[in-house]
Parts: sequence; structure tokens; C-alpha cells
Amino acid sequence: MAHRWGMTVDLDRCTGCEACVTACRAENNIPTVGDLQASRGRAIHWIRVERYFEGDFPEVKVKFRPVMCQQCDAAPCEPVCPTYASHHNDEGLNAQVYNRCIGTRYCANACPYNVRFFDFFNPVWEKPLHLQLNPDVSLREVGVMEKCTFCVQRIAAGKDTAAADKRELKDGEITPACAQSCPSKALVFGDLNDPESEVSRLSESTRGSKLLEDLGTAPKVTYLQGGDHA
Amino acid sequence: MSASDDRLASDLMRPLERTGWRWYLFVGVLAAIVACGLFAWGFQMWQGFGLTGKRWPVFWGFLITDFVFWIGISHAGTLISAILRLVNAGWRRPVTRCAEVITAFALMIGGLFPIIHLGKPWLFFWLVPYPSRRLIWPNFRSPLVWDFFAISTYLTGSLLFLFLPMIPDLALVRDRSTGMRRKIYGVLALGWRGTTAQWHRLETAMQIMAIAIIPVAVSVHTIVSFDFSMALVPMWHSSIFGPYFVAGAIFSGIAGLIIAMAALRHVLKLHDYLEEIHFENLGKLLLTMSLLWGYFTFNERLTAWYGNMPAEMNTFQATQTGSYSPLFWTMVLVNFVIPVILLGIRRFRTITGCVVASVGVVIGMWLERFLIVVPSLGYKFLPYTWGTYRPRPTEIVITAATFAAITLLYTLFAKFVPIISIWEMRAGQHQPEEVAAAAEPRLGETHA
Repeated sequence: MAHRWGMTVDLDRCTGCEACVTACRAENNIPTVGDLQASRGRAIHWIRVERYFEGDFPEVKVKFRPVMCQQCDAAPCEPVCPTYASHHNDEGLNAQVYNRCIGTRYCANACPYNVRFFDFFNPVWEKPLHLQLNPDVSLREVGVMEKCTFCVQRIAAGKDTAAADKRELKDGEITPACAQSCPSKALVFGDLNDPESEVSRLSESTRGSKLLEDLGTAPKVTYLQGGDHA
Repeated sequence: MSASDDRLASDLMRPLERTGWRWYLFVGVLAAIVACGLFAWGFQMWQGFGLTGKRWPVFWGFLITDFVFWIGISHAGTLISAILRLVNAGWRRPVTRCAEVITAFALMIGGLFPIIHLGKPWLFFWLVPYPSRRLIWPNFRSPLVWDFFAISTYLTGSLLFLFLPMIPDLALVRDRSTGMRRKIYGVLALGWRGTTAQWHRLETAMQIMAIAIIPVAVSVHTIVSFDFSMALVPMWHSSIFGPYFVAGAIFSGIAGLIIAMAALRHVLKLHDYLEEIHFENLGKLLLTMSLLWGYFTFNERLTAWYGNMPAEMNTFQATQTGSYSPLFWTMVLVNFVIPVILLGIRRFRTITGCVVASVGVVIGMWLERFLIVVPSLGYKFLPYTWGTYRPRPTEIVITAATFAAITLLYTLFAKFVPIISIWEMRAGQHQPEEVAAAAEPRLGETHA
């Protein structure tokens, strides 16, 4: 059976430490753009931790929400791309083909979550960050869009290992960098087509909701909040 | 050939035959500005798109505003001239060519913007459906691919529509010139001899083009509006956008035409050909479109406000009372209040009044496009991701260069082709005595 990758994010567990943001950057060769360009809105974060405040000072409660590509089943970014750079793959991922992208940036406008990023310049890494480049992830040149892939390179590697050992993939065998680095285990990744997987169980929890669910984008990321923590 | 015929031809041919130093200076200055724009574009390609002010989450800005604006201006010509030809409005004769030329050049400039604004402009041909070895076609579901088809169809159609009525005049220039010039115009005139059969064919072809170009023109700006209304973005996702864009396009197009005509009248001393009546009539058209524009804007705003959906209201507030409000209310002033006063009261509907109103409308329609493109992107659904946009020099230079480019192309065109159709003016002069349909073929035979 084909895989259908999904994720759950437990907002009650998230401490806003941003380890996921850092891990993602290291895993996926995300360029650092420098402070000037960052101030001009060119910083790239495939995953970000949104911070919201509740109540009035000094009675303020801070809420965190990690947001990455929601890997929508009805993704608004896909039909608008004139070159199929943004397309749906067999395993339900919103794949981005960097070589096909010509940089219309239409997908980024169509995305209601603003999780797509544009390479305004050729990528640079401040020393010594260039030493940690991941050979499994392609570098993106100037003029293309990039976004969270659910660490597609790890998915591919996991499937290869399982195939070499002539066995089925085990639940939890594949972990994206963000989920791997989360100290409070707020992020859980897995196969939604496997009814036994943890991500399937959590996705069906009554605590779950989708981000901007009313837009009908059918995301595969489920946010868990409140209720019974069983 | 009568005396008035002679005067007409020599008046309208004068710009082709005499060139002063001021013309060279003017063209030189314009060419320099265009060169600055090309340099800015080249520099942007070399350094990266970051030279513009685009940013997360406002990925479209000045360049897409320019794109919609110029495609809008292009609706001046072909559409207006096609309608005037079809209803056989007698006063159209000196106006049609001025208008059709705007279409051709505005479309060339507008059509360039989707390419300028690409991250990798050198790969623009991937929008073209050609059989490639990789067997990859463009995504026909993407409005940007529809754009490609719409604009290329419209450009082809309006070039034909511009060229057909030029043939007899090109033949006239050929007959009046010698040497190299005669050869070039001879090729362009396509062997025009002015026989009855040729006149007949020309009339038929012009009639077909005038009918065919109207649905094409309407569809083009509807498809441009689809770039926005197909996307799930607050205040973009609206069914009014198709007609709203078409109305706005014709609106800005007429304004552009009035400005161009006033400039021609002044510079080429065409006071006897582009008369008060032409400005008066176009002024009335502009007034109608201003009212229509006001009606559409009111509709668009009222439904968003009454619906009170949170995401839409954020964009709505930003434009109505927030940081974009100075631009919004300027737009209302110059697109609606001023034109309605200047063109609605007969005393003010002079040439000067029309030109003042038109300059306002051109500015206002550019602002309208900006206010459609930018605030919505800055205020999408998640408040954490809100952002603003400020243009940077590259985009400003490119934008300024396009205004110089259209002026330059227009100036050059008026130097090489009679900007007012000589044969159509003659046909108009003869019309009172003869049956309208027969007037033109018989006229052609006289100077065959």
C-alpha cells in the first residue's frame, strides 16, 4: 500500500524552544541570508514557531504554534504553478522540483499558510556553517521557491534501508529533523495509511484540528490541543 | 485629387518628411531612460531578484502592478476602435490609428512584465507549450499559462488590426518617396494598387478583425484578473474581478488615448484633425467608464465589508483606514471625484479638462492595481505572517522606463507611419456626397 505521510503537532507539549527550526536548517541546507536581507523579509524558515500572546500585561500567556508546510491534499499552490514545479507526488507530499521552478512565486501567494520561500539571491552560508551542508539535499539556486519537504531525503533513505533488508517500514523508523530534535516530543511523523501508526492514532484524536481548516485545503498536519491527554 | 485632399495628405505626411533637432533630442532622452530600465533589469538578473522590494510574504509588487496596468492601457485602442468602426461612428476616423498603436505598444510592454518578474527570466519559454524531449508540458490549469495564450492571441490580433488599415497609407508613402525608403514601404504596402478587388478584400478583412478582436480583448483582461481571483487570497478570491478588470482596463485605456491625442495635436499641430469634438466624445466615454468604475469599486468594497469575514476585513481595513488608506483615497479622488466633476459639467469638458482628468485616471488606475496586488498579500490568514512592502530602486527605474518606452515607441511610430489614417480621412470627406459603402473603393482608384 502506498504511504501517505502526515504529522501531528501537540501544542500543549510545544515549549517554543525552536530546536526544530535549527535542526531543519541544518538538515535541509537552508541558506542564511544575513541580517540586512533578513530585515528585508528574505529570511527562510521551512518551519517556524509562531508566537501569540493571550491576555493583557502583566497577565500574559504565550502560545506557540510550529508551522511548516501542511502538505495539503487539496493544495492551492499546485494548480497555479505553470511548470508543474509544485506538484503532488504519489505519497501525498507537495513536492517542489527546483529544476522546474522558474520563479513566478504564484505558489507562495496562493498558499494561505505562507510556508513557501523564495531564493532572492544565490545561497550563502556564514563560516563555519558551510561545513555542515547535507550531501543528501540539493542546494537551491537564485530564483526558485523552496519549502518543507517532510525531509523527503530521510523518507527515501528509510524506504531504501527497508527494501534492502527485505522488510516493511516500521512506524517511527523515519523521522524528519524537526520531530527528531523536539525535546518534548510535540511533533510526531508517520504514515497516515497505516492505521496502527502513532500519527494515525493522534490524527484521529478529538484534540485534533487542522490549521485554517475552513479553507478546504485538507492539510495532513494535525494540531492537538486541550482536552483529555490520554 | 482635390485641393483639400492635397492639403490633407501634406499635413498628415509632414512628420514623416521633416525631422527637427528637437525630435532627435526627445528621442535621445527617452532612449536613455529606456536604457536605464534595461540596465536595471539586467542588473537584477545578474545580482538576483532580491534587488527588488519583494519579500516574504508580499511576493508580487510593482512589476505585477505594471503588468496589469499596461495590459489595461492596451484596451484603449483595439477595443475602442473596433467598437467605433462597427457602429460606424463618423468621428472615429482620426482617432482609430492613434488608439490602435497604443494597444500594440502597451501590450508589448505589458507582456514583458511576467518575464521581467520571473525568478529565472531566461526560462520564460517553459510557459510555451512546445513538444520537448523531456515530454513536459506547461500546466494548463495555471492562470499564468492562460495569460500566455490570452496575451499572445491579443497581440497577434491587434497587430493585424493595426496593420490592415495601414496598408493604403503605406502605399501612399511608397508612392511619394524614392530610393531605399520606397523599397521598404513597398514591401510593407504588400503590393497595394488600390484596385476595387483590393479595397473589397481590405474592407472584409477589417470587418472580420473588428468583430473578432472584441471578445479577445474582453477575455484578455478577464484572464489577467483570474491571476488573482483564482487564488485563495482574501479580497482576491472574488467573482467581480473579471468585469471589474475589463471596465478598469477600458477606463485607463481611454485616459491614455486622450493624453496621446492631446500630445499629438499639440506637437504635430493637428488642430484641424483632432478637434474639440473628439475630446468631447472621448470625454463622455471616460465619464461613463468613471461611473462604471465607481460602481464596481463600491460593489467590491461593500460586499467585503458586509460579509465581515475576518481575513477579508484585515485587508479591507488596511486599505480603507490603515497604512494603505492614503493611496486608496487618492485613487477614489482621481478616478471618480475629479473625472465626474470635470467631465460631467459641460463647461469643464474642454480639451484641458479631459487631459487633466485623464492624467488623474492613469495615476489612479495604477494605484488601483497596486492596491489589488499588495495589501491582500500582506494580510493573509495568519496574523503572524503579516508583512508590508516597499519598492526598491530597481523596480522604480523599470516602472519609469516603461512610460518612457511607450512614449519612445509612439514617437518613432508617428515618424514612420502617418499617425492619422489619410485614406480614412479622405473617405470621411467624400462621404456626404456618396454612398458610404461605395466611397472607399472608388477613392482608392483615383491614386492607383
